[in-house]
Amino acid sequence: MDSELIVQILFAAVKTGTPLLFIALGEVICEKSGVLNLGQEGMMLMGAVVGFLAAYGTGSAGLGVLSAMLMGCVMSLIFAVLVLHLGANQVATGLALTIFGTGLSAFIGSGVVGQTIQGFQPIAIPLLSDIPFIGKILFSHDILVYASFAMTFVLMFVVNKTRIGLTLKAVGENPHAANAIGIKVLRVRYLAVMFGGMMAGISGAYMSLVYTPMWVENMTAGRGWIALALVVFASWRVGRIMLGAYLFGLASIMHLVLQGLGWSISPNLLAMLPYVATVVVMVIISADKFKEKLLAPRSLGKTFDPRQMA
Amino acid sequence: MKKHNLVSRLELTNITKQYPGCLANDNICMTLMPGEIHALLGENGAGKSTLVKTIYGVVAPDKGDIIWDGKEVSITSPSIARDLGIGMVFQHFSLFETLTVSQNIELCLSKAQLDKIGDLAKRITHLSNEYGLNVNPTRYVHSLSIGERQRVEIMRCLVQSVKLLILDEPTSVLTPQEVAGLFGVLRTLSKEGCSILFISHKLHEVTEICHKATILRGGKVVDTCIPNSETPASIAKMMVGDLAEQDAGYIKREGSKQIFHVKNLSLPAKQPFGTTLQNINLELKAGEILGIAGVAGNGQDELMAIISGEDDRNVKKSLSLDNLDIGHLHAGERRKLGMAYVPEERLGRGAVPEMSLMENTLLTHSNGFVKNGLVEWKNIKEYTSALIAKYKVKCHGEFSEAKSLSGGNLQKFIMGREIGQNPKVLICAHPTWGVDVGAALAIHQALLALRDQGAAILLISEDIDELFLLADRMAAVCDGHLSPLVKTETTNIDQIGQWMAGTFINKLSNHPQEAKA
Repeated sequence: MDSELIVQILFAAVKTGTPLLFIALGEVICEKSGVLNLGQEGMMLMGAVVGFLAAYGTGSAGLGVLSAMLMGCVMSLIFAVLVLHLGANQVATGLALTIFGTGLSAFIGSGVVGQTIQGFQPIAIPLLSDIPFIGKILFSHDILVYASFAMTFVLMFVVNKTRIGLTLKAVGENPHAANAIGIKVLRVRYLAVMFGGMMAGISGAYMSLVYTPMWVENMTAGRGWIALALVVFASWRVGRIMLGAYLFGLASIMHLVLQGLGWSISPNLLAMLPYVATVVVMVIISADKFKEKLLAPRSLGKTFDPRQMA
Repeated sequence: MKKHNLVSRLELTNITKQYPGCLANDNICMTLMPGEIHALLGENGAGKSTLVKTIYGVVAPDKGDIIWDGKEVSITSPSIARDLGIGMVFQHFSLFETLTVSQNIELCLSKAQLDKIGDLAKRITHLSNEYGLNVNPTRYVHSLSIGERQRVEIMRCLVQSVKLLILDEPTSVLTPQEVAGLFGVLRTLSKEGCSILFISHKLHEVTEICHKATILRGGKVVDTCIPNSETPASIAKMMVGDLAEQDAGYIKREGSKQIFHVKNLSLPAKQPFGTTLQNINLELKAGEILGIAGVAGNGQDELMAIISGEDDRNVKKSLSLDNLDIGHLHAGERRKLGMAYVPEERLGRGAVPEMSLMENTLLTHSNGFVKNGLVEWKNIKEYTSALIAKYKVKCHGEFSEAKSLSGGNLQKFIMGREIGQNPKVLICAHPTWGVDVGAALAIHQALLALRDQGAAILLISEDIDELFLLADRMAAVCDGHLSPLVKTETTNIDQIGQWMAGTFINKLSNHPQEAKA
């Protein structure tokens, strides 16, 4: 395999991994606050379709991304009200949100199926993109990829180095204790869930504006679910999510690569790779109960009602 | 902080708090002076926790005023309480296990306070040395023992220059040495002018360090006293009202035939910080209470888990009931043969928190209340309400969720449920942990009645006084070893204390354990 091909593959892995990175970053923040949002796929699809419609209507990809972020927020707000305010079960509500988002996005996007738009164009960063190998792989992408880099580093800093991060972890680990020392638990969770929604929206917009600049029903193809596995794979650490996203990205394009190399494996079998990888990762991580317990936010998925404190 | 004048640190007038179905605080008035160590006493459900939570701003009172350093204040949140200089150490610690000590403390401080302190880790180390707390700021909380965690909570208050420290049953989880250390810290704080509000069930501790005591019953202040000039018995009397006898020596009995046997039980630890059981042998006779003393974490939990069947490793030959090997049976099968258990952890092990008392009754009585695969709810309801009445469990009724009961009431319920099955063998851990005097007496009498009916009872407890009171024979565990078994009349606290520290272990290795001492 020549080096040119390797660069091509890794470039594509980064590109494919970017929507996963966005959505998983959102989910990890949400889960760190103790809320499990299984509605990722639905929020992502809604982001994709609304982002596409806005870009198609206005001709501005930037407005498309903004609309998608807003849509993600709205979707997550529905979830937040049900789960945080009304105390609904997080798993059931999340699943419902995915089903809702899948259906609604197909409905409102039915008029623009097959239409194309001018999405974001790659911008090679001067100097950096001239670095051999790395420059082509990392610094000749579009603006959203750079935004995902920036977001990763900002979140790493916020989660690990700031009071905000500390508060987030405290709420996710022991909401009762957090409440007792005067942290507004529900407020923190609302914000975390909405951040997750916003990121899912961007992720969807990346799919419909950059990755394949068009709208097709169910175009995210389970990426919302892969993101959930990714969070576990990264053991709730922001830095590892980036690594995991690109690894999953690589797994997703392996079927194209191997076909290109002339291997005669069924492409359907290879397209399965990221999903198989998801299952394998989940099994490996769940095998070590002790470690899992220490890493996962302890109150993940549990309802907290401050009024129940007697 | 030194301000020994006549202005009270805290004055409460007519604090009233109504919960659905219960008046938790009824016109409570009390005064705390600077430097005073004040005990808040009362049975479970007397309203102590509600009152301190009101002071700390977690619970909003319906009525009443709080006067702080001579000025009326409104404490609507814990952060306001902390700004005033009120610190609280919760009964169930409010620490975050995945964070470090330093991060835990930081979360409680406002930005202004943090700026004032500067280097938090340095300040923690400094205070730690000054008060002998031995708290290392960089350690993760999950790696700390219970005593250490409590010291972290106290440190959390000290860092904020606390003027009133509230401790909710601080000693119930500590070893005697840790209690002594804690009292040293409290005395130092008191000398510096910090007031301390101290909730406890252990009356000898109250008489030891408290200057003043307020006694609550049914949400009302019923008495105040100077603990120094009272005895634990006289204070207990004020707490429960018309308690007939306290600390009456019970009749000791000698069991009849051997019914339950643990033979050469050795078992490696299952958990990372567990204890390995080392060749445990014991014989339990029908009609006796066998007490096992020991400092927490010396193998009691492991022993309990393997006997109950919760630890599902096969130890077929090591456990027998009525000469029948039961070590390979699962917990439900052992129950069917006549074993019953009261685990240490009430919520989660002893009862399912989200289930009603009726459902929790059904869980361990499944044989009696299920006919042709159908649950007989009517019978369960009757049975449960009889249980609630008999053990005076305070709750809304048989539909109450287990988690809505206070600790002591839930313990009464669980004890009653297990005793009600007329077990051949009852294994019981810390039966009166966190339970008030009146409830403890009821539980003691229920245990003795069960013994007198011919059941064998294995009692695991850290409360030596209780063991001496109830047990007919005794032993101690240390580091997974079991000491010789002796009749309670022939031993004393010194000997058991030494066994708890492990003085018997070397002798054991020379010749096999004397199970029939």
